Amino acid sequence: MDITPKIETRDLNFYYGRSQVLKSINLVCAEHHVTAIIGPSGCGKSTFIRTFNRMNDVIPGARVEGQILLDGENINLPAVDVVELRRRVGMVFQKPNPFPKSIFDNVASGLRINGIKDRAMIEDAVEKSLKEAVLWDEVKDRLRENAFALSGGQQQRLCIARALAVKPEAILFDEPCSAIDPVATAKIEDLIIKLKKNYTVVIVTHNMQQAARVSDYTAFLMLGDLIEFDKTEKIFTNPAKRLTEDYITGRFG
Amino acid sequence: MVPKRMREVRLSRLKEEGIKAFFFTNGVLAVVVLVGIFGLLLSTAIPAFKEIPVREFLASKTWDPTSPEKAQYGILSMIVSTLMVTAGALLIAMPVGLGVASYLSDVAHWRVREVVKPIIEILAGIPSVVVGFLGIVLFGPVIAKIFHTGHGLNAANGSFLLAIMALPTIISLSEDSLNAVPLSYAEASLALGASRWQTLIRVKIPAALSGIIASFMLGMGRAIGETMTVLMATGNARSFPHGFLDSIRTMTANIAIELGEVPYHTTHYYGLFAIGLVLFILTFIVNLVADVILSKYQQREQ
Repeated sequence: MDITPKIETRDLNFYYGRSQVLKSINLVCAEHHVTAIIGPSGCGKSTFIRTFNRMNDVIPGARVEGQILLDGENINLPAVDVVELRRRVGMVFQKPNPFPKSIFDNVASGLRINGIKDRAMIEDAVEKSLKEAVLWDEVKDRLRENAFALSGGQQQRLCIARALAVKPEAILFDEPCSAIDPVATAKIEDLIIKLKKNYTVVIVTHNMQQAARVSDYTAFLMLGDLIEFDKTEKIFTNPAKRLTEDYITGRFG
Repeated sequence: MVPKRMREVRLSRLKEEGIKAFFFTNGVLAVVVLVGIFGLLLSTAIPAFKEIPVREFLASKTWDPTSPEKAQYGILSMIVSTLMVTAGALLIAMPVGLGVASYLSDVAHWRVREVVKPIIEILAGIPSVVVGFLGIVLFGPVIAKIFHTGHGLNAANGSFLLAIMALPTIISLSEDSLNAVPLSYAEASLALGASRWQTLIRVKIPAALSGIIASFMLGMGRAIGETMTVLMATGNARSFPHGFLDSIRTMTANIAIELGEVPYHTTHYYGLFAIGLVLFILTFIVNLVADVILSKYQQREQ
């Protein structure tokens, strides 16, 4: 395996109040690859990837132990600037969550937050990001319209464009297609495969077929334990663990 | 068995009808009472304009209905006074209110919020006489000392007190609407690398703006209509105000002061009702503007 680790966890434990949600997880997300995290509902998939950009910080009562390495540097330290971290590690959420603003302003919001004021520069970046998210042709004549006028699938691609606009190094997808119809889902899956050329992608999904279609590596999580982690092919054709096989063949879950 | 069930059905239908009638009566009653009040106001106010030209009433600065030589009925000074204390109150209450609301919704620990918010809401229940008392014994002397005026009963004093009275409404409603902003907006903003401060200013406040503006308008409505506090704390001078350190008399205070002593069915009596009508129209306009702003923002949000 000729890979560079982009994000790596070492002995990652996550506690919510008194209950332990993640148990000593060791995982490597390879640069310019797609890593999928699958598992039954409530197994801690979302919690897990939200540790990568410290989005759990906002949850009261949450505690993270262990190391999370981004390019080899531990980001799970109080001294780490989470604002800077989140610029490097973007995120797309379960439900499309555009701001109640125009399409243009949505994509531009990340740039403006970063203090970029130059109009030409912003316009340029917005166009580039929308093209990268394969949304440009559908919205180029209506950039001033409210983002809520778009369909669910378009809104999700808009959110992807918004995340891309700040030029992150990695993008986390938290069940990005769970609120979207199959046709729109196919588009987003194509997009995710394209994105790995320039970004490191981690995707949480409850849809095993989706993991099989888009990812290079798959991690199977259950009740906070990492059961198996390997190349996607291997997981879906010849899993090492009985539990994994039972899950992917639909015996439970 | 069958007849019994039919009886039950009929009984429940009757109950349904009864409940419907009860709520219908209540609704109609509320409307009738409101229309009645407005009718009374209108019918008592209009005779005033048989004696007083509308132009003089609205544009003249002198209100002197008991003058032995020539009674004068100009309410411009009072309109300006009312608008002045209201504007002053809003100038203080809007930034402070929004600041406190933001603190409670975004900065304060949830335990602090749970304690502080109910306390602020209770403040809304302080009788206006008590607030006016505060103006006389506390703000008045302070203002007099700072600005070297003989006494502190003036527009500035009234503005402070009205701001205090409007704050609970503004804080409570603004905090509600900030809290109602979907968590997903804040998450999206934070995930883009925005700080909490940027998230509040750029995402949460704009998203909650309709509610925040509504709270300002409600606070304003409270300030315009408030009587006892301004009556006690603003000095009640009938002259035209030239600044916040002048004593003023608002429309509400004037009605309250004079209505008790005025002979019935005189021009003066009708004139006081006419002031009430002006006040009503003013409040109506404020509410209308608030509604228009609200619906505009709501349209944009959809």
